[in-house]
Amino acid sequence: MKYGVNEHGYYGDFGGAYIPEMLYPNVEELKQQYLNIINDEGFKAEFDDLLKNYVGRPSPLYHAKRYSEKYGANIYFKREDLNHTGSHKINNAIGQILLAKRLGKKRIIAETGAGQHGVATATVCALMGIECVVYMGEIDMARQAPNVSRMKMLGATVVPATSGSKTLKDATNEALRDWIGNPVDTHYIIGSVVGPYPYPDMVARFQSIISEETKKQLLENTGSELPQYVLACVGGGSNAMGMFYHFMDDESVKLVAVEAAGKGVSSGESAATTALGKEGVLHGSRTILMQTEDGQVVEPYSISAGLDYPGIGPQHAHLFKTSRARYVSITDDEALQAGLLCSQLEGIIPAIETAHALAQLEKMTFEPNDNVVICISGRGDKDLDTYIKYFGY
Amino acid sequence: MNRLNKLFATKNKNLLSIYFTAGYPALNTTVDIAEALEKSGADFLEIGFPYSDPVADGPTIQHSSEVALENGMSLKVLFKELAELRKRVSIPVLLMGYFNPIAQYGIGRFCKSAAEAGVDGIIVPDLPLFEYENMYSPYFIDSGLSNIFLVTPQTSEERIRKIDELSNSFIYLLSSSTITGYNLQLSDSIEEYYKRITAMQLKNPTIIGFGITDSSSFAKACNYANGAIIGSRFVKLLGEDGYMDKIEGFVKGIRP
Repeated sequence: MKYGVNEHGYYGDFGGAYIPEMLYPNVEELKQQYLNIINDEGFKAEFDDLLKNYVGRPSPLYHAKRYSEKYGANIYFKREDLNHTGSHKINNAIGQILLAKRLGKKRIIAETGAGQHGVATATVCALMGIECVVYMGEIDMARQAPNVSRMKMLGATVVPATSGSKTLKDATNEALRDWIGNPVDTHYIIGSVVGPYPYPDMVARFQSIISEETKKQLLENTGSELPQYVLACVGGGSNAMGMFYHFMDDESVKLVAVEAAGKGVSSGESAATTALGKEGVLHGSRTILMQTEDGQVVEPYSISAGLDYPGIGPQHAHLFKTSRARYVSITDDEALQAGLLCSQLEGIIPAIETAHALAQLEKMTFEPNDNVVICISGRGDKDLDTYIKYFGY
Repeated sequence: MNRLNKLFATKNKNLLSIYFTAGYPALNTTVDIAEALEKSGADFLEIGFPYSDPVADGPTIQHSSEVALENGMSLKVLFKELAELRKRVSIPVLLMGYFNPIAQYGIGRFCKSAAEAGVDGIIVPDLPLFEYENMYSPYFIDSGLSNIFLVTPQTSEERIRKIDELSNSFIYLLSSSTITGYNLQLSDSIEEYYKRITAMQLKNPTIIGFGITDSSSFAKACNYANGAIIGSRFVKLLGEDGYMDKIEGFVKGIRP
């Protein structure tokens, strides 16, 4: 693949494995084994079976007719919101738990921001009967209390991250510290296409089912497997990478990645990483991250906890730098308005993360025959409080 | 031959190194603390520069890093403070910190500033062997700085050999796979690991760090290596009132 990873874990200038020696054996074990395991026929059969019968795949590709009328193009929604647990996060969690089992691991750790990845991980651990510890920023635990309860009900232990800014990046730090102390029996299920190699590639492969299905569904619906545009929101970037994966090498397909501008790119309260960040190292990979001129990581802001991350995955940094994908940003207000519009035009209440991708449609112009696919990465149940507060329902 | 090599050439037993975070508990204390440590008998020093996301550190050093950042510590500020270093301190000094602040400062510029300040070596826990060897080693070598690698009980023999080959002062042995600040429990498996390292007859001296807290764990570590490093326990002392007057007692308490 032209935009894929090389043997050392790099995508152009980005990627690698900038980890302390304590994590080297864990990461090396994964690096040596992940491709053999996930390409094994037995693994594939079990993964496919769970995606079909447990997650409910393939997720529909829905032709959104009222959206199509409004925006003057054929708009398709890739319905990851209909997956078990309510978002695309489950695809990766299923893949990694099967991998962890084959590696003989007895204990799973994960980080979570909004709680979607934590819930997906707690779910697959319950399914497999494996101990699960989820690190979550103390502030996020208060903001996303229902997801904390969901994880506990699923049998997971939720540990508050009390260091630093007490949000997603600190939860990630705490999970890494746990992994340093438990190098032999524990697997760390990272929730996005971030972290040291091979995580960005491994998570992208597990999420690539999104674009694999989309291609087949587009062929049935439109007579061509290639659309003109593909849109997805980006925090760390896992749904976007899954949505872009099988379209990346077809340069005719325009890829649009939507970041969270928060209260505005220049407001000082934003998570628009490509607009505000510089190259550096975060959570084990060389990428683009929001940082001070002294190289300290800046705490981002977005109303959407799932996009509230100071970096992007290294493959996104590569797609950005090579201009293969266009990176844009949407404010809190624009996203919330788009969430309301989607609810009332299509009867789908999207996650606020997803609403960022939907809002981008307002800023684009299309030819009438353009086929446009948007990844509906998650459902909005978890965000009802925020929507209700904003619109006063 | 830098100060580290000279030290190891003249002394190879019971070496004591102390770590502290620059900018903690206050700015403009780095050289004062370094000088007090030398006077109290420390053989060499590690000066940490703070980072917002120190994944290899436990709560004590995390806290010291947060306070140091709030105080305004940065590499620029640190190098300003270190202009006084070689007027007052003669023992070897290493800088220790994470890669991203170095990358933003500029790795070539960082090595040059460190060498100009009279620093002898660098420890960057999240700069891995592959990246060091293939991208960054010329900067260190041209500035005469030693790069110090970490080895854990899980590090393979092949990798330890490679680390030994790329090192030119000492190898930092971790007492176990752990973040900083946890107590060393000398179990059979740790003893076996130290014996395995000793049997490899490495060309570089070894120093044990992480989990050394007092005279007894220091003495035990010195049975298996050329010396040991104390970090979190000393950083805790720096959080106490009147810490400058307690440094001598602390160091002498570790190695009577």
